[in-house]
Amino acid sequence: MKSKVQISWRGTAVLVYFVLLMLPIYWLINMSLKTNNEILGGLTLLPNAPTFDNYLQIFTDPAWYSGYLNSIAYTVLNTVMSVAVALPAAYAFSRYNFLGDNHLFFWLLTNRMAPAAVFLLPFFQLYQNIGLFDTHLGVALAHMLFNVPLAVWILEGFMSGVPKEIDETAAIDGYSFPRFFFRLFLPLIRSGIGVTAFFTFMFSWVELLLARTLTTVNAKPIAATMTRTVSASGIDWGLLAAAGVLTILPGALVIYFVRNYIAKGFALGRV
Amino acid sequence: MQKTVNHRAWLLVLPVVLSVAFSAILPLMTVVNYSVQDILGPGQRVWVGNEWFIDTVRNPDLHAAFWRNLLFSFQVLLIQIPLGIAVALALPAKGWQASLSLVLIALPLLIPWNVVGTIWQIFGRADIGLGGYFVNNILGISYNYTLEPRDAWITVLVMDVWHWTPLVALLCYAGLRAIPDPFYQAARIDGAKLWSIFWYIQLPKLRGVLLIAVLLRFMDSFMIYTEPFVVTGGGPGTATTFLSIYLSNIAIGQFDLGNGSAFSLIYFLLIQILCFVFYTTILRVGRK
Repeated sequence: MKSKVQISWRGTAVLVYFVLLMLPIYWLINMSLKTNNEILGGLTLLPNAPTFDNYLQIFTDPAWYSGYLNSIAYTVLNTVMSVAVALPAAYAFSRYNFLGDNHLFFWLLTNRMAPAAVFLLPFFQLYQNIGLFDTHLGVALAHMLFNVPLAVWILEGFMSGVPKEIDETAAIDGYSFPRFFFRLFLPLIRSGIGVTAFFTFMFSWVELLLARTLTTVNAKPIAATMTRTVSASGIDWGLLAAAGVLTILPGALVIYFVRNYIAKGFALGRV
Repeated sequence: MQKTVNHRAWLLVLPVVLSVAFSAILPLMTVVNYSVQDILGPGQRVWVGNEWFIDTVRNPDLHAAFWRNLLFSFQVLLIQIPLGIAVALALPAKGWQASLSLVLIALPLLIPWNVVGTIWQIFGRADIGLGGYFVNNILGISYNYTLEPRDAWITVLVMDVWHWTPLVALLCYAGLRAIPDPFYQAARIDGAKLWSIFWYIQLPKLRGVLLIAVLLRFMDSFMIYTEPFVVTGGGPGTATTFLSIYLSNIAIGQFDLGNGSAFSLIYFLLIQILCFVFYTTILRVGRK
């Protein structure tokens, strides 16, 4: 009897939390389906005449949808590059002691903690001087500053979970190092690579300060394009809301695919 | 795990060092360069030594921004850590409910930061936002985050709680799942109450993930920029001008390179010191 009451209390609390969590997102979706006149006309919990005009405008205007393509391009590029350089490094940290390894690890972590605002100005000038300004590669490279340390951190945790005997057995069996690494070792930490890719994707997708500073037209992220909704006649709230909803979608998709690994990935970092 | 000493491992680490150094060391050198000169125009620069640093350290606005930011980080930790633990304890452990909860709870984490700002900018408005309308017209409390400093502060704080408590909750959830069943069975045999299970089993086992949570939340709230920038722009007045916002106002807004760079270096140094303290604490706790 007692435990039943407790469970329903717990269920109610969780439900209330989720309702509060979803309310702002629901409101964004609600607004994205209204015309600007209806939004400014009065508060309604559901759109009177649901319209997809806001979304249609985004999908047909290249200035809008190129923002999405840019964001996706540099995010994917960053994810691939970060994981690629982090894999051998994480292996080295998990298997070997070498000169200055702890100092190096600390230095890497401090870059994850460096406020992006500190680097804004020099980034702007450096990237302009070497011709990486306003390119997808430039933004991807800048995001490696905080994503590579994170990737090394997570991957090292997963790799430490693989017994060292596997390395030794492979060496005795005559596997060369590259063959062992790609054929045997990487498949063993598949889920770890998935989790790492998820986190690097996530942090690159949500970052705006650097992405906005380093781009003007050709690689401008969608999040920066959203300022277009402010015009002489005020803010087009419906369009702004629609653009916001569309930036949530890729994240939601990614979460859905990796939902079973999320909890694991958090638990296995190097601590 | 027993590690072998192998200095050739540096070859494996080299790509990471190069790629991070490109984005970390080169810009940092530029900042150092600016911080000791007065740049009047292209090709016109004067060596000023430590003038900018003295200026910056004595700047009352900077002190105000620092204490404001510290208070904010403190409040963030005070609310988000207990709330995150509570949510993690209450979430279902198995079945489709667990998957659904994880997906829903992770959603705010994957929204671009300025969109988070936009969401709350809309949600908090009295005329077109559900939240603002509710507080003003149904609770009858006058609330306007664009005019009242206190309301702006609360809005930014609530937004941060909404945005980042899921991270703490996910971390704790992962930590809770890692506790082996025999612990609970033993507790049941001893007739332990829910509270003592929490205090003597769950909380000590969560120590590792809680340290990561505190570390990440402290650092990120100490560098917060985009969300308050979108919602309040640092105002009204200087009510929500945190360190990063203040810095970008100087460096980008006024293009004051000298002051901006000196500020950057001091800010960076502060974070490094805090980082080092946290890092050594974590290592020490990890060894126990």
